[in-house]
Amino acid sequence: MDAAKSIEFHGVSFRLADGKTLLSSLNLEISRGETLVLLGRSGSGKTTTMKLINRLLDPTDGEVRVESRSTFDWDPIQLRRRIGYVIQEIGLFPHLTVAENISVVPRLEGWDSERIKDRARELLRMLGLDPDRFAARYPRELSGGQRQRVGVARALAADPPVILLDEPFGALDPITRREIQFEFKDLQARLNKTMVFVTHDVREAFVLGTRIGLVKDGKMILLGPPALLLESDDPEARAFAQCFHEAGSAENAA
Amino acid sequence: MSFFEFLLRNRQEVLELVGEHLFLVAISTGMAVLIGVPLGILLTRKPALSKPVLGFANIMQTVPSLALFGFLIPLNVYLFEVKILGGIGPRTAIVALVLYSLLPIIRNTFTGISGVDPAIREAGRGMGMTDRQLLFQVELPLALGVIIAGVRVATVICVGTATIAAAIDAGGLGRYIFRGLRANDNVLILAGAVPAASIALVADLLLGYLERIIQFGGAVKAKSRRLLWSGAAVLLLFLAGSYFFIGGTSGRVAVGSKDFTEQVILGEILALAIERKTGSQVIRRFDLGGNLAHDALIAGEIDVYIEYTGTGLLAILKSKPLKDPREVYRLVKVEYAKRFNLEWTEPLGFNNTFAILIRAEDAQKLGLKTVSDAARVSRQWRAGFGQDFMSRPDGYPGFARTYGFHFQEIREMDLSLTYRALAEKQLDLIAGNSTDGLISRYGLVQLDDDRKYFPPYDAVPVVRQAALEKHPKLRGLLKELGGILTVDEMRKLNYAVDGEKRQAKDVAREFLIKKNIIAGSVPTN
Repeated sequence: MDAAKSIEFHGVSFRLADGKTLLSSLNLEISRGETLVLLGRSGSGKTTTMKLINRLLDPTDGEVRVESRSTFDWDPIQLRRRIGYVIQEIGLFPHLTVAENISVVPRLEGWDSERIKDRARELLRMLGLDPDRFAARYPRELSGGQRQRVGVARALAADPPVILLDEPFGALDPITRREIQFEFKDLQARLNKTMVFVTHDVREAFVLGTRIGLVKDGKMILLGPPALLLESDDPEARAFAQCFHEAGSAENAA
Repeated sequence: MSFFEFLLRNRQEVLELVGEHLFLVAISTGMAVLIGVPLGILLTRKPALSKPVLGFANIMQTVPSLALFGFLIPLNVYLFEVKILGGIGPRTAIVALVLYSLLPIIRNTFTGISGVDPAIREAGRGMGMTDRQLLFQVELPLALGVIIAGVRVATVICVGTATIAAAIDAGGLGRYIFRGLRANDNVLILAGAVPAASIALVADLLLGYLERIIQFGGAVKAKSRRLLWSGAAVLLLFLAGSYFFIGGTSGRVAVGSKDFTEQVILGEILALAIERKTGSQVIRRFDLGGNLAHDALIAGEIDVYIEYTGTGLLAILKSKPLKDPREVYRLVKVEYAKRFNLEWTEPLGFNNTFAILIRAEDAQKLGLKTVSDAARVSRQWRAGFGQDFMSRPDGYPGFARTYGFHFQEIREMDLSLTYRALAEKQLDLIAGNSTDGLISRYGLVQLDDDRKYFPPYDAVPVVRQAALEKHPKLRGLLKELGGILTVDEMRKLNYAVDGEKRQAKDVAREFLIKKNIIAGSVPTN
């Protein structure tokens, strides 16, 4: 067992019942503490890849290993409770307060109520939200950025070793988005968790990724540190690199 | 008497009926929730079931209540010595009401849960919720508003349909409505309909309020939410549980009656005579709709009621019409004993057959005495008949053929409404009942059935043989009641109730005293 490996994909494919292939023969290793950004266009297979990790989907071929154990051997409930999961802002439960939303997994895990309360307040503070002001609010009473922070806090609640984030900042306005990206990067450095981060925003990928995996039509066509993307000859990689440069020059011009 | 005067004077009874009505609605809706919500949840888990289950609930809503009662009454299902299905009374009414109110509850539970945002469901699953945790912590709370909306619709439907409970002696405000329809009494109809409509409105408002607070969610704290839930659960279980404690009739003589004035008077006469003469306790189960009294007798839910020989012959035995009264009586007596273990005792003495009625002024002006006389002058006439007369084998088609009637127009309508329509000149000829009190009230004239078309409908007590064995004095009493009533007397008794608005109970008691069957004094006025 290699203690440095957190998540491994061994020849993993995923096909729908109608035969359509969403992911084909993926091989990938993600190390502990690393942030892998899965970058690609809509429908390229990034989200599918992510859902194979917490068994929201099961591979049709090959196997995924989490902490060196095949996901088939994990009880899906136990597996998911060890993996934080953040999706776009709609994932918050509208009938629960901010504190209750954050406390879902600790409650499922049977923590005592004092510990749950303390943990929720600690996480709110960590994400820059004043617990006294926000704990009792409902998601609809928050701004988009605040909601997203709560989503991240919820994923961190039971201190899972792995966190999956599926375009978590996708619905935010560009300014809030930049702010929260940098806050998140800060958090990342402090927490030292394995993260898989799905996005189609190339700048976000550069800010947050230890490595970037470029996904196209169900295949990983490039995997390496962000710099690699800028040097590649692959047309898809160049298209994304182009976006990165244009956004940068626009910023310089301003 | 005005509507408000009536309510004031009868407030005790009105409150009782409102209480019965609420009891029926509360238990039925409670059971419908306990059955419908789990079923709706099941459908979200096994979508293949949704078509057949929703289809069944849909069809149930279209089954006419009398047909449903006719199916439910003969059932005889016991659970640990407690009868849980079948018979007349609240039990069967509740089962029918539950079946009628299931659809909106199942459907709203199903659509409410299916309508939960898939992203929210996925977030829950991704966080490691089991299916059960997802259901109770996410899906149900979010679908609750829609589910309550379904319960709200079901409750309002239930308040309305609970009026049919009166047809099987299950009480409720339907008693006033049916009684009012029968006696052409708008005040009585309103006395039943207005409180029922008010209950529906209040229930709708209350549940609408509940729906709103739940949708706003924030108003209710987690602790009080849990309290609210356990409260609702306890209440539901209590309501549903009380279904199993609806009492039986053990040890007493159950006297039944059909749902028209004459039958209620005859039922009272029977009940009073049995109480006073045999010393047995009597339970009255009156106002049974259609042929449900027969079903109830067979099911052992009642022990005796007054049936008419012609009805027994045609409607129950489905035999061909016969004209000779003695032959009809002999035939039903033999067949009932053989097929149902029921005994026809002595005829009461009067024949309640169809009476062909016209206005007195027409009879006088045109010199009409017999049905044949009327047939000659009726080409321009409008006739009105009850549904029953139009469809039965001794009804309209044979009647028209026998006498050669060709009316300008025939209206098929509720029998009790035809008398008034005739009096108000909206109709020119109707087929009423020969003993109907309304005949005297509206001054109508009965034409002689000169061709002897209508078969005899002699009124006779029909009693379960088992009841005769169990209550030995019953046979002698029923024999004593033989021949005590002429058609004219019956018409007078009917008029005392329909026309003079007196209580059937009082009218029956005075009659029995007058006939020296029971002791007592008749107030003179």
